[in-house]
Amino acid sequence: MKSALLAVVGLGAILTLVLALFGLDVGQSLGYLFQGGLGSEAGIARTLVKAAPLLLCALGLAIAWRAGMFNIGGEGQYVAGALCGAALFRLAPGLPPGVLNPLILVATVLGGMAVAWAAAVLQVKRGVQVVISTILINFLVAEAAGWAVRGPLQEPKGALPKTETLPNEVMLQRFNPQTDLHSGVFLAVVAALVVWAFLFRSKAGFQLRVTGASPTAARASRIPAERRQVQAMLWSGGLCGLAGGIDYLGVVGSVSDGFSQNWGFLAIPVALLGMLHPAGIALSALFFGFLLAGSDRLASRTDVGASIVFVVQAAAVLAYVAYAAWRERRQEASHA
Amino acid sequence: MLDFVELLRFSAPVGLAAAGEAVGQRAGVLNIGLEGVMLGAAFASVITAQHFGPWAGLAVGIAIGLGAALLQALFVLTLAADQVVVGTAVNLLALGLTNTLFQRTFGATGALISVEKLPQFGPGLDAGILLLLVSVGGLGWLVFRSKWGLAVRAAGEEPKAAAAAGWSVLRLRLQAMLIAGGLAGAAGAYLGVGIAGSFSQNMTAGRGFVAIAMVTFGRWKPAWAVGASLLVGLAELFQFRLQAMSSGLPPQLFTALPYAFALAVLVLVGRSSQAPAALALPYRRPR
Repeated sequence: MKSALLAVVGLGAILTLVLALFGLDVGQSLGYLFQGGLGSEAGIARTLVKAAPLLLCALGLAIAWRAGMFNIGGEGQYVAGALCGAALFRLAPGLPPGVLNPLILVATVLGGMAVAWAAAVLQVKRGVQVVISTILINFLVAEAAGWAVRGPLQEPKGALPKTETLPNEVMLQRFNPQTDLHSGVFLAVVAALVVWAFLFRSKAGFQLRVTGASPTAARASRIPAERRQVQAMLWSGGLCGLAGGIDYLGVVGSVSDGFSQNWGFLAIPVALLGMLHPAGIALSALFFGFLLAGSDRLASRTDVGASIVFVVQAAAVLAYVAYAAWRERRQEASHA
Repeated sequence: MLDFVELLRFSAPVGLAAAGEAVGQRAGVLNIGLEGVMLGAAFASVITAQHFGPWAGLAVGIAIGLGAALLQALFVLTLAADQVVVGTAVNLLALGLTNTLFQRTFGATGALISVEKLPQFGPGLDAGILLLLVSVGGLGWLVFRSKWGLAVRAAGEEPKAAAAAGWSVLRLRLQAMLIAGGLAGAAGAYLGVGIAGSFSQNMTAGRGFVAIAMVTFGRWKPAWAVGASLLVGLAELFQFRLQAMSSGLPPQLFTALPYAFALAVLVLVGRSSQAPAALALPYRRPR
């Protein structure tokens, strides 16, 4: 409880400071942010819709990081997922919507998994660090997507560099035509519960966490460390791919160059500040979802836009790191 | 026809960053934030060059690199924080700051900024290429022939041994980080005021990450890392030539070349026993 309070105060202070540093009227800017993110039913829906992909990606990254696999490839896995979903729609557009919708979601999960799996195998078999390979793969996926939306997956008219827009029946269910809220948001919440159960209530999840804490200890206790690491990356890629899937099926309806608005990168601090725990991640996803939703309004009224979220995130991560180091040091001192 | 000077020019941003990062990693410090440092330096150098000319731009770029190294040292050395986490934060910070400031300064007008570039002399040489050539020899000597270099390598292999021999591991790592940071700043600035003479959002386009891959490929030797970067420069040059020839192949194939190359060499060299044993491990002074 105390730490949650500290987090809220800390994030508020950082946000205020960043706004002030950019020379904005702090009171007025905070007002825009709150109007945009929480001010109305539509605003709250926007916040939830932005929080959902953040939550899914951050859950995925957290599983990987807990296994000692520093997956920075959320971005590539997200785009790969959506591309696979679009490819499936291209292959089987005639299926009944009730079948097609879940099939596309499965395809997005598999697409993310495939990309993450490649990075995992490269580390386990060839010693290529995931922290570097996933970044390089992000760029490769981005180029592949750029090619696909102008080539094999381009919309039939061939006029725009994007995939065919999904018909409304295939999209995820919307509840209120006035707001953006779609059923993918609930899928993300369910995913958080599943990830929690996997990490903290299953044997594989326990072994995964041991592997991350100490691969040597894991091997000594006959835990198949490599298999757990690959498994963690499969979860990670699957969740990031699903994030791409719910954005594709819930919000955008087609894939183009600018499809991912840096979700995979934005999710890294979300996971870290959530202390790699599903509950913490859910809270930090909500906060940054709010900030993203609010920054749209801020961008329409001032000359500062969503990029400011990166700055807030970076400052928050550094502040958190400093706080954790300080606390550790104090504990050491009290034990000595 | 392949123009060697042109090859050096295209290789210099990755090469400078990789040469410095090789020194940093030899001391045990992995800088995932290299990309962000380069991006920040590129932006600052172009903005400075607009008012005070390209030389001031280069100097400010290097200063940004040094400042970033000090900031990162505060976290990864003083506070012994996780290097990957701090580096990631640096990347986000640079992306957020440059995007926001760029939009504020130029977004409204949409005008392309264009600044005077660093002067060239002889067969197209310039300060960035010279710095690259100097650092190939200089850093190699520093790391492998000087007493300081021996201590730095010890700090990255077996920090306790370096400390037992009377060296301050944290100071050695700070010095190595400053070299790496200064060169990363120079690399970014060269991209801005040496090659492009302009700034665009996220213009480093992953060169910092590619540089990290080249350090591994170059077996943590500054000269070899630069040599590896020449191959990246070649891939980039190749990409421009082929695009100009309009071969009918998708242009994305060529833009992807440097990344694919970097990944391929990492797969090729595989696991290495030559990596500094204490790479990316925080060092705490025994009390």
